[in-house]
Amino acid sequence: MSPWQDATSIAAAVRAGEVTAVAVVAATLERIARHDPALGAFTALVSARAMARAEALDAARAAGEALGPLAGVPFAVKNLFDIAGLPTLAGSAINRARASAPRDATLIARLEAQGAILVGALNMGEYAYDFTGENAHDGPSRNPHDLARMTGGSSGGSGSAVAGGLVPIALGSDTNGSIRVPASLCGIFGLKPTYGRLSRAGSFPFVDSFDHLGPLARSVRDLALSYDAMQGPDAADPSCAPRAVEPSLPGLDGGIEGLRIARACGYFRQGLSPEAALATDAVAHALGVTAEIEIPEAARARAAAYLITTAEGGALHLDRLRRQAEEFDPDTRDRLIAGCMTPAPLVIKAQKFRRWYQQQVLRLFDKVDAIIAPATPTTAPLLGQKLFSIGGETLPVRANLGLFTQPISFIGLPVVAVPVPEMGGGPLPIGVQVIAAPWREDICLRIACHLERQGVARAPRPREMR
Amino acid sequence: MTDEELDRLIEAQAVLLGLGLHPEWREAVRANLQVTLRFGAMVEAFDLPDEAEPAPVFSA
Repeated sequence: MSPWQDATSIAAAVRAGEVTAVAVVAATLERIARHDPALGAFTALVSARAMARAEALDAARAAGEALGPLAGVPFAVKNLFDIAGLPTLAGSAINRARASAPRDATLIARLEAQGAILVGALNMGEYAYDFTGENAHDGPSRNPHDLARMTGGSSGGSGSAVAGGLVPIALGSDTNGSIRVPASLCGIFGLKPTYGRLSRAGSFPFVDSFDHLGPLARSVRDLALSYDAMQGPDAADPSCAPRAVEPSLPGLDGGIEGLRIARACGYFRQGLSPEAALATDAVAHALGVTAEIEIPEAARARAAAYLITTAEGGALHLDRLRRQAEEFDPDTRDRLIAGCMTPAPLVIKAQKFRRWYQQQVLRLFDKVDAIIAPATPTTAPLLGQKLFSIGGETLPVRANLGLFTQPISFIGLPVVAVPVPEMGGGPLPIGVQVIAAPWREDICLRIACHLERQGVARAPRPREMR
Repeated sequence: MTDEELDRLIEAQAVLLGLGLHPEWREAVRANLQVTLRFGAMVEAFDLPDEAEPAPVFSA
């Protein structure tokens, strides 16, 4: 089995009896053992559990039972997802003392109900307050395209594991860009669904107002396959919308005919590296996009997202900051302490602005079906790099990698980040956001699929790992 | 606000919130709070009517 096989083809091979689930899981665990010491993607493996599930799946097939659409597909999850029997770390040292989770997160259970097999938990920035993928406790997750560079975060292990061919699908979380940033820097596809689409039950929170969960994968059909398997209401998550499953796979090959697509201008044209500009140009060209659209007050939306994030994040961790401040990652601790000191009127004004902004942006979708915008301002910075240059200004990396993702997740719009390989002649990929109106993930996925078929968007294999 | 004013604010809030701040953390906390206040000023400056509803709406 090639490590670059996607989930869709693995499941087809397992269902057809061309390969056993046990062989798939064994090969996956062997590849993780070989490559993860360099990548730093995993923080825990559940090998015995995975092999037991694989054996059960093979036995079910031998008994003539029908297998699910994800039969035998190995996957892994950011370590803020509950995994029965493990403490839910959320990238922290503090949570290592927590009791083991009594059950799996809803999304893990839903993937496994369709035949997928969880193999482990993935590295992440502490408590998800991060865009770099660095972690003071577990070490950084490393970018498979250049091990000296960042994966992006906070779902850094998810980016590294999928881009490095360790698993075809990983789950991550995205509060301000934590799926889209690593997808961009690691050169893979990432779906941040509409706020409220996928259940967050059994995941460690960060900012209730903006927390989303979603998949990362090397093909669009794998994103759609896993996304469809995870949809549906969940009484265990009050934020999960009571919407029936709206499958995206049947319309995935529908092409872009009839879709009105525009490119975000203004804020989203400023401060782009040459690679980010070229990638967005390439996507716009492939889609035949000439129209531009202004997302009003995007800079202020980012500012408001920052305020709500720092205040809600600080409030969540206040008690731990009182008792165990020394045990935090210093980069996270200082931001959370400052967050606790955010004046309340600013946060309330930010939430009022959020509604105003949402109303303005939703009006744009009367004129267009989708908007394209860069995902990150640059390709992957070096690990440990604190500053970078954006539009001639020197800014902190940690806070600014999400410059273009924050104004979108601020109002919960669905986005697929598509990877554009080797822009500017170097080995590093960079992503572009495909954004649609709420609940229209199907449109994002259709456009991403079209770009993938045209060869413009593609998850490149890292040169060192082919 | 000057750095000294911000430091006094941080010190007072730390007492109020029951946070023990190490002196070596002060500079980074101040830098982060400066970003918060800069972004706060941007949001504050946006004119909204008294009737503007915040985004999260509670349903009984």
